[in-house]
Amino acid sequence: MKTIVVGSLESSDCLITLQPADKTTIDIESVVYDAYGKRIRHVIERVLSAHQLTRVHVRCQDKGALDYAIEARLETAIKRHKEVNHGA
Amino acid sequence: MKPYKDIAHLFDDLGIRHGASLSFHHHLRNGDAVQNLVLDEVKRRNLKALDLYPSAVFPVHTTLLSLLKAGHIKRLTTNYLNGPVADYFATHGTPDMLRMQSHGGRARAIIEGDNAIDVAFIAAPAVDREGNATGLEGPAACGSLGYAMEDVKHASTVVLITDTLVDRLDGAQIIGADVDHVLLVNSIGDATGILSGTLSLTRDPIGVKIARTAMRLLDALDVVNDGFSFQSGAGGISLRVVDMLHEKMKRDHIRASFFSGGITAYHVTMLESGLVETLYDVQCFDLEAVASLKRNANHIAISADRYANPRNDARVIATLDCVILGATEIDTDFNVNVTTDSHNTIIGGSGGHSDTAEDAGLSIIVTPLIKGRIPVIKDRVTTITTPGSTIDVLITERGVAVNPARSDIQTRLDKAGFSTTSITDLMRTAHALCGVPATTARQVNPVGFVESRHGKRLDTLYTKE
Repeated sequence: MKTIVVGSLESSDCLITLQPADKTTIDIESVVYDAYGKRIRHVIERVLSAHQLTRVHVRCQDKGALDYAIEARLETAIKRHKEVNHGA
Repeated sequence: MKPYKDIAHLFDDLGIRHGASLSFHHHLRNGDAVQNLVLDEVKRRNLKALDLYPSAVFPVHTTLLSLLKAGHIKRLTTNYLNGPVADYFATHGTPDMLRMQSHGGRARAIIEGDNAIDVAFIAAPAVDREGNATGLEGPAACGSLGYAMEDVKHASTVVLITDTLVDRLDGAQIIGADVDHVLLVNSIGDATGILSGTLSLTRDPIGVKIARTAMRLLDALDVVNDGFSFQSGAGGISLRVVDMLHEKMKRDHIRASFFSGGITAYHVTMLESGLVETLYDVQCFDLEAVASLKRNANHIAISADRYANPRNDARVIATLDCVILGATEIDTDFNVNVTTDSHNTIIGGSGGHSDTAEDAGLSIIVTPLIKGRIPVIKDRVTTITTPGSTIDVLITERGVAVNPARSDIQTRLDKAGFSTTSITDLMRTAHALCGVPATTARQVNPVGFVESRHGKRLDTLYTKE
């Protein structure tokens, strides 16, 4: 089972790390955590649930990415995760 | 004037005691060695309850930090501060401990006796036998000594601190008659440290778009004509506007009357290609500006009083046509904050921001609408540096808003077919992209205040959250 890393630590981007796990856990580190931490968690939960993914650890290192950027990075990470860890 | 070589003898002779008020200028910016040198002696003598007036404070000023930690500073009055000293105030400050002025306000307060200074310690790059001094010579030549000039005229005692003694100086900026003592030291600092800001044109496409919009606005309002006057901040977008202005003036054969404020290589190039008649230089922002001040007769060093003192009718910026400034935050009443971030962290201060915004015929704020997801437009800024009543136009990459108080500007833009929006709509646009930010910093424990250039309390500074 491989760890998937998508994105970057450039300003206005985020780095998503996805790992298989026993249950879903989400870690968020964000330069705008006070202002947008809850929203970022909500976006991640929404994307995971749309993919019916329940046993992953998601780490989001956020540098002020907008919701759609976080969503796109996570979508890509999930796609790769499915290809690599479950066979495409 | 026989120079002192030992700061201890100087302190003995001056009888500097507890509660003394001492001033410094910041022309060497983050390369300054003089403030540490003087405060090291203050520290050795265990002097307390000090009232300090540095025109600005930078990360290099570490002795000030240790005196603050030791509880030996009663009050600090300054125009700009960042780094560890700023952080100390924002975490450990007590009410009214920090007083933040503008460049013009500081000059006014010194002249009117509101800032009463016992001893002014002036970093002087070169000094002659008579006590005349210049910022143009010596290894730490920093150019204009504009922010020191009122200290020299009004402090009870004036001490020049230099590493370069010469026989005779022509065209001195400080005259010996105003000087009480000279202290000779090994080094007053490193002039390359004056480059402590980010002095380059932005290449960021958002910044370039904002600069282009600013140029279109200047065209729509017909600002750039022969004899116009202009000032800009030293931010990347402002400097990009200066660069575009340069191209336009060259293309259309337009000559400006003056540029004022902090001077950079960009301004010098325009002076030397005949696009502007005069540079009024209160502070050199790079070493090209220092060199130009020396070789160009129409590049003129001016005092903070002549630059921006609101009580001086002959101040340069009283006739300024247009100023372009930045903002950390701006609110729907156009109040601008360049003093703190949204967590009460102190990140700078007015400098000439509030002076030029009030005096210029047209004051323009250029800023991205969103900085690292945080919308720049707020319902209410964390700290008012510059009152909204003095700000005319906000330019962002997603639209331009005119202060409703300037219906004359709005009418002219409408007639020119220049499209504008309201600042509230711009805030909504930002919220649609970013979401509404969840929290703003609580403001509970005051640590100081912002003073308007006229001497009134404008806003309170609080501990950071």
